[in-house]
Amino acid sequence: MYKKIIVPVDLAHAGKLAKALKTAADLARHYQVPVCYVGVTTETPGSVAHTPKEYAGKLESFAKEQGAANGIEASSHMVVAHDPSIDLDPALLKAIDDVGADLVVMASHVPNVADYLWPSNGGTVAGRSKASVFVVREG
Amino acid sequence: MTDQGSTGIPDPEGASDIIDTEFEIGQDNLEGNVGPFGFDIHNPVFLVSGLSVIAFVIYALLAPEQAGSFFGWLRPTLTSTFDWFFLSAANVFVIFCLVLIFSPWGSVRLGGKEASPDYSYIGWFAMLFAAGMGIGLMFFGVLEPVYHMAISEPLGVASPIAEDGSIIAENVDAAKKMGLAATIYHWGLHPWAIYAVVALALALFSFNKGLPLSIRSAFYPIFGERVWGWTGHVIDILAVFATLFGLATSLGLGAQQANAGLEYVYGVPNTVTVQVVLIIGITAVALISVLRGLDGGVKVLSEINMGIASLLLLFVLIAGPTAAIFSDFLSGLTAYATDLVALSNPVGREDDGYRQGWTAFYWAWWISWSPFVGMFIARVSRGRTVREFLTCVLIIPSLVCVLWMAVFGGVAIDQVLSDPLTSAVKANVIDAYRPELSLFAMLEGLPLAAITSTIGIVLVIVFFVTSSDSGSLVIDTITAGGKVDAPVPQRVFWCTFEGLVAIVLLIGGGLGSLQAMVISTGLPFTLVLLLMCWAIFKGLLTEER
Repeated sequence: MYKKIIVPVDLAHAGKLAKALKTAADLARHYQVPVCYVGVTTETPGSVAHTPKEYAGKLESFAKEQGAANGIEASSHMVVAHDPSIDLDPALLKAIDDVGADLVVMASHVPNVADYLWPSNGGTVAGRSKASVFVVREG
Repeated sequence: MTDQGSTGIPDPEGASDIIDTEFEIGQDNLEGNVGPFGFDIHNPVFLVSGLSVIAFVIYALLAPEQAGSFFGWLRPTLTSTFDWFFLSAANVFVIFCLVLIFSPWGSVRLGGKEASPDYSYIGWFAMLFAAGMGIGLMFFGVLEPVYHMAISEPLGVASPIAEDGSIIAENVDAAKKMGLAATIYHWGLHPWAIYAVVALALALFSFNKGLPLSIRSAFYPIFGERVWGWTGHVIDILAVFATLFGLATSLGLGAQQANAGLEYVYGVPNTVTVQVVLIIGITAVALISVLRGLDGGVKVLSEINMGIASLLLLFVLIAGPTAAIFSDFLSGLTAYATDLVALSNPVGREDDGYRQGWTAFYWAWWISWSPFVGMFIARVSRGRTVREFLTCVLIIPSLVCVLWMAVFGGVAIDQVLSDPLTSAVKANVIDAYRPELSLFAMLEGLPLAAITSTIGIVLVIVFFVTSSDSGSLVIDTITAGGKVDAPVPQRVFWCTFEGLVAIVLLIGGGLGSLQAMVISTGLPFTLVLLLMCWAIFKGLLTEER
């Protein structure tokens, strides 16, 4: 039914993604499809890595760990954004196309009044992507 | 001190030398939510800067006379006592940059050996220009050449206009040349060298050394691990302070200028209400720009601005005496080259009015703006080599400024000298000092004045928007401990806060004294910049060329 699952991850807050990661792994096993973990970073040093290449390395090991722990085929894909606070949604939408995913599994907070001003990334991606989107409510 | 021996984390972007430090970006940050809005701010930089800005605004409102007289005394005292220091330091920055361009370290690439530029030349150039001095060109393009030709007498070159308003023919040629050369000196190599030093330091220590994009990072070679403590907090707080007050006061003064222009051209009443509406409008557009991000907002606006400014330049060039302007451009450039050494000589001169009142004031001004402009230039300059970076930041903007001054100043000087009795420029610059009207007075002497003056007002306003949005991004990054991915509500906060401070100061008074205070921060920052040169040199030594 699906060819490839994509999971946006924030390596700085990977701990908060447990439910989405588990959901993605379960779906991957069920449909026997690979999972691609996508991370967005900046050219400037950030809390996760000093350079984009260092970030790519960390993202790749994260994907390998997930693959080994869940017994699934896992890969990683990094996107560099100039201004990630704003460019996250277009970056994710482009990543979905670039890796050829048809199912997105992503974590999102429970909507609140701020979503009227700044829609959640999950909501925007679901609204614009051709892929199916599974928005996982964390905690 | 720097751990020179360590290459730290291997960097596959090509060889560069990541500084091995205990500090992790974001380790001092507070993350959480205020109501539904998320935040990720540096503790204590965010709170201390925010609260001290509020405290200073209250002081300026409660004791306007005391603040006014203190800062009104402080600024001229600093520029006349330390003029030699400002002039010498600026010379050091120019020489430092020129030496680096021709040195082997010029081939070090910002962001590692294999990094590629993030922006095309046009987008990059438009952004650094709009943030750097766009607004100043609008304000001083006519004013300065005319003023230096007729009034300030740089290097003792006598004015061609006598007390009774008649023209002294034998002084005309020399004064015309000096008017342009003395202006170009303030907008050419020196200011851009000041920006380049700060920008290069930040880009090098962030992109090549892996330190956070924050002013304190440039001081790592000097203070070592202490930059992550209070030493660094104070540096960053000062930078936020200078940036926010610099922006807020120029926003307030800019609204007054735009209002003066609207009154002159359209008869719009010159009142505080109109000015408050202008500030709200500018802040609203800046807010949209920061919400559209660096690529979708700031860059697009900067390019639009460059486009309109080029059209206006082209119009004045064609509508004015074109051949004379070209010869002004060449003679201005030649005079700049010939007189550069004499103009930048810090001692033994008698042109106090020019040297202390203008040059030292400008140097202090550029230096107090350098944390903001430098940081913004750094952020958009990854992937350039040091040589490419310095050439583009130093030489090309200087040439554009020369052209701008030759065109706007040249036409204005021509108007003054050819028809001293009816020239609107002479009436508003020489007879009465109304600097905010000088541009419109010059345009009045050309065809289609109603249209070009309107374009002039629009340009003034849009240049303020591009300062305000890039400034908000810079303040947000510094107060988020160097993170560029902090939650969006934070940049909304700073952009709005800046507009509010400007409105409060406009209504309550105190804009002038706070601007004097910002310029006064130029003195300590000059020392800071001299230290930065040393830090850059030290940082470049360990980079692969």
